[in-house]
Amino acid sequence: MDLDPLWISLKTAITATLATFFLGLITAWLVAGYRGKFKGFIDGVLTLPMVLPPTVVGFFLLLLLGKNGPFGEILYLLGTAIIFSWPATVIAATVVAFPLMYKTARGAFEQIDINTINAARTLGASEWKVFWRVAVPLAWPGIIAGTILAFARALGEFGATLMVAGNIPGKTQTIPVAIFFAVENGEMEQAMTWVFMVFLISLVLMSVMNYWVDAQRKQAPAGK
Amino acid sequence: MPRESRRRLASSNMELWLDIKKKLPGFTLQVKFAAGADITGLLGASGAGKSMTLRCIAGLEKPDEGTIILNGQVLFDSSKGIDLPARKRKVGFLFQNYALFPNMTVEENITFALDGKKTAQNRETTRQMLKMIKLEGFEKRYPHQLSGGQQQRVALARALTAEPRVLLLDEPFSALDEHLRSQMVKQLLEVLADYRGITLFVTHNIEEIYRMAGKLVVIADGRIEACGVKEEVFHNPATVTAARLTGCKNFTEAKVLGPQEVQALDWGVKLKVKPIGENGVSHIGIRAHYLSRAGEDSRENVFNCWPSFVNDTPFRNTVYLTLERQPSSSGDYHLQWEMPRERWLELKDQPLPWKICLEPDKIMTLKP
Repeated sequence: MDLDPLWISLKTAITATLATFFLGLITAWLVAGYRGKFKGFIDGVLTLPMVLPPTVVGFFLLLLLGKNGPFGEILYLLGTAIIFSWPATVIAATVVAFPLMYKTARGAFEQIDINTINAARTLGASEWKVFWRVAVPLAWPGIIAGTILAFARALGEFGATLMVAGNIPGKTQTIPVAIFFAVENGEMEQAMTWVFMVFLISLVLMSVMNYWVDAQRKQAPAGK
Repeated sequence: MPRESRRRLASSNMELWLDIKKKLPGFTLQVKFAAGADITGLLGASGAGKSMTLRCIAGLEKPDEGTIILNGQVLFDSSKGIDLPARKRKVGFLFQNYALFPNMTVEENITFALDGKKTAQNRETTRQMLKMIKLEGFEKRYPHQLSGGQQQRVALARALTAEPRVLLLDEPFSALDEHLRSQMVKQLLEVLADYRGITLFVTHNIEEIYRMAGKLVVIADGRIEACGVKEEVFHNPATVTAARLTGCKNFTEAKVLGPQEVQALDWGVKLKVKPIGENGVSHIGIRAHYLSRAGEDSRENVFNCWPSFVNDTPFRNTVYLTLERQPSSSGDYHLQWEMPRERWLELKDQPLPWKICLEPDKIMTLKP
């Protein structure tokens, strides 16, 4: 059996999770600390990819990255294109997974007692030190949860991926895409194998996360 | 503020000066005062703007306008667009809930104020700090393994490790049990005796502020009601609000009858008072523990009184009195009289009416 879709899916999901981890974390921290009147609007924009149909996200990405789009044109001038290539699967997965990381991490940051953050500042810590030494460790369980959710979402990404990366076996064909085309071609057994595999990976991931969060909670200090 | 104390502060180079304005929900915070080497206490009811004032000094909140100057350095000046970030102000802050880093040990909490590295020098600094707060050997404990009082001392040590030029204490004892408080006040004073910087602290507790502060700033609804040397503010609070916040319980509106005489409108009696200044008087007040039984030689301000009801606590009693007439109900009273329990036991079997004396010296002449 051809395992390419599995490797492509894992490679895409891991790369997208890495990207979304840092992007989501930093964006969450900045938005959590922002107190201006555009907060609601900014949050809305950042959360949009989660609520929009993936085909709509894919459509926007096509507009941006396509030959006539602002980014596509630059790439074209450089003699390359991103549409229908492997990086396109990563971009699609990153964009749809981002809100999960961002939302969860922001929630975790906002749970932190603001006084501990302020204490760090009055002790002379730079914003960078406050972020890495205080905020991130204190929000860690939430950050891990967000990362796992983002990974699961990236792994399951279908609609936007199909629109910007297509279905090129061995190159952009991820498991969800492979399932769709297997069913369309009447290869039910093939589809079943992939379905089972996604099912297994997701279940294991979610269970690990639940046990881990439980263990963290037990370790957590009894009082503040 | 009195010119006297400004001059005293200006002569030393240690001075925090602020004049700030900030709009808050419900009221506008507008404070202007200076703090020097003496411990300065900010007294006021909850929500009066005391904590907000501290947060503005530390750079955790931004005033709408004004200036904050510390030892000649401008920390904030809205007209010049200066707003030094908190980390550059060298202002230590002891939070009400201590705000220790729960993910770090005591040692890591303290060395966070340094470079956070595990060097021999940092270990030595930690050891000395823990010795100062009498928690030797607690290096490896986590905050949740400490009692409230211990956490507070670690937070204090952490703040002092950063060598702040100003130390701000926000309701430092409010989260502690009653029996720990008095002990913690003593320990805090010991630690602060060696601290070479400006100390400002905030409380709504009159006893704490009297024990700790040398200078007092009384704040109500975002405005300064009184400001000056502690004894002076307690003795002569100037306004009704300041008198109430410093613990005075008996007030009446007053009409001036002569240079040293007023009609106490709510109490229905004439009173001799200290010489009334040019600014006049609209109210008078007397602290509940300054009332006394009239002796043989008492002549001025002696009145008949009847008890309306009595508040019983283990060591002190408060008797609610009516002057020159019997009370109509238990809610009907003119004055509160506080006394130790033994005095109450002596008094309670005396025949009515009792003779009470309001010494002119003890009567505060006030403006609204």
